[in-house]
Amino acid sequence: MSDVILKVENLDVHFRSSASIVKAVNGVNITLKKKETLGIVGESGSGKSVTATALMRLLPKGIGSIPNGKITFNGKDILSLSDKEMRDVRGNEIAMIFQDPMTSLNPVFTVGDQIEEAVRTHQQMSKKEAKKKAIEMLKVVGIPEPEKRVKMYPHEFSGGMRQRVMIAIALSCNPKLLIADEPTTALDVTVQAQILELMKSLQEKNDTSIIMITHDLGVVWEMCDKVIVMYAGNTVESGTVETIYENPLHPYTWGLLESQITKNTLNGDKLPAIPGSPPDLRNPIPGCNFADRCPYAKEICSTTKPQPIEVELGHIVSCHFQTNSNRLERKERVYIE
Amino acid sequence: MGKYILKRLVDLLPTIFVVAIIVFVITRLIPGDPAAVMLGPQASVEDIQELRDDLGLNEPLHTQFLQYIGDLVQGDFGVSLTYNQPVISLIMDRFPNTLVLAFSALVIALLIGIPAGIISASKQNSVMDYTVMVISLIGVSIPIFWLGVMLVLYFSVNLGWFPATGMGTMDEGFITYIKHLVLPSITLATIPMATFARITRSSMLEVISQDYIKTARAKGLKEFFVIGKHAFKNALTPILTVLGMQVSALLGGAVLTETIFSWPGMGRLIVDAIDKRDFVVVQGTVLFIAIIFVLVNLLIDVLYKIVNPRVNYSSGKGGEGK
Repeated sequence: MSDVILKVENLDVHFRSSASIVKAVNGVNITLKKKETLGIVGESGSGKSVTATALMRLLPKGIGSIPNGKITFNGKDILSLSDKEMRDVRGNEIAMIFQDPMTSLNPVFTVGDQIEEAVRTHQQMSKKEAKKKAIEMLKVVGIPEPEKRVKMYPHEFSGGMRQRVMIAIALSCNPKLLIADEPTTALDVTVQAQILELMKSLQEKNDTSIIMITHDLGVVWEMCDKVIVMYAGNTVESGTVETIYENPLHPYTWGLLESQITKNTLNGDKLPAIPGSPPDLRNPIPGCNFADRCPYAKEICSTTKPQPIEVELGHIVSCHFQTNSNRLERKERVYIE
Repeated sequence: MGKYILKRLVDLLPTIFVVAIIVFVITRLIPGDPAAVMLGPQASVEDIQELRDDLGLNEPLHTQFLQYIGDLVQGDFGVSLTYNQPVISLIMDRFPNTLVLAFSALVIALLIGIPAGIISASKQNSVMDYTVMVISLIGVSIPIFWLGVMLVLYFSVNLGWFPATGMGTMDEGFITYIKHLVLPSITLATIPMATFARITRSSMLEVISQDYIKTARAKGLKEFFVIGKHAFKNALTPILTVLGMQVSALLGGAVLTETIFSWPGMGRLIVDAIDKRDFVVVQGTVLFIAIIFVLVNLLIDVLYKIVNPRVNYSSGKGGEGK
């Protein structure tokens, strides 16, 4: 158990809006070991990014709150740290990279300044040493002519290069955990592969654990050891990549898997899509959040919340009809309208 | 950059020429005769005509204009009709006074207005934010002459803390000098201060929601640096624009404030000159202010480049900087 780097238990995140409370994340559990990569997948608004932001304790002040749950990172109880202690964790032990490299670098400082700042925030280092470190980091992430590039501003870099700079900033303090919030979504496909490759090789080298937030299942298969499938703030299914890929059990996971482009779609078949949209999280519904859109839903689904059940070792599903004694029969092509 | 500044300085010449024409025409269009004003109501028509001849006012307009421009090219702003002194020396007498007042007002406005705007934005919708916004709304809308008079009534007449009018000299001691400066500076600072607070707040609010602010927080930076360094530098461009306008306006002389406090600055020089139909002084001072405007604008454009590396003055189209 000692190599567990991050343990999240029953995490709830709420947002206060003018008239109501949005329950953005409900009871999420994560166990992540050293060097492991966890994928969090789900559609927009499912709570993936909110979960990640909560781990960094960067929820908007006065609006986001964590009413329940426990986050243990590297033996520390994250939620009970002081603001100063938390700042020492951020960027140092847990680093984060964001979706859009075009906007996540500060346009008025050179990339060198931005890397040096990350280093000098957490390590005693002279300006000169930090500059050297910045050049070294640019080299590590594969930016040519780092001595020249280090003096340039973000607008002089392409999207892929900027994401490399973001990775350089994130990894400059050798974090134990890297949270990547859709790191490749804004990049074009050829660059995506390079960035993933880079992350993988740096993970190997530094023994970093990664949480990869994405809605791209391809990225998950490529990068991850474990997956959490989120829907409307809840974990609907979690397990190793192999189990989720070979033996998915939740109807929502089936829908996600079917909505990928395959040879058949290329041959002219309609691309399956899950009809409807996620429920309004301001008004919690008594039953399963997915019931309205689920082609297998029965009466119980809209009245009672399904409990998470471990159907096989490490494979957890929350569905009334996927239990140890009872299995739902998966039908073909139910997601085509 | 050096090339750009040089080009802008050359561009100054046509601007000044156009201003010179406009001022010349306007001063001639104002009803009233300087000769009549100088000689007073008892003067005879013959006396007035004689003085007009002496002053060259009976020459055809185009001759007067050519004369004026000719002198200007040689750096001669002319001789005041009423003071009988070169205009340039009148300006040089008054401008330092305006400079002192403008500078202290600007310092007050910046030191209070910008931090107020930053705090207001970083604590949006808090009591603090509302307080700053209400005060700054009052600040931009308050009539300056009223505020000045109220300050005098309270702090000079009632409390006797500061002198009501006039400008102290260094000979009377530094403290006296500063005491004379306090009330006019506060009066003059009110509008710029409120304007800075408002523009800083709105500019900061726009920046604070950007992704790179999240990146800065995720690095583990202190909130002070996140807001004061990462957000503020990005929010500076619109603040600089406002700064430029305020500085130009302050250096041009503050007519109301200078009048209330009998401050011997540029503003009063112009108003007196207009009153006495002293064309030469009006032309000279307006032209002088126009040059200051253009120079301040140039300075602000250079600052844009320093603050924001994406501003590019060297490539063709963006070359005008505005």
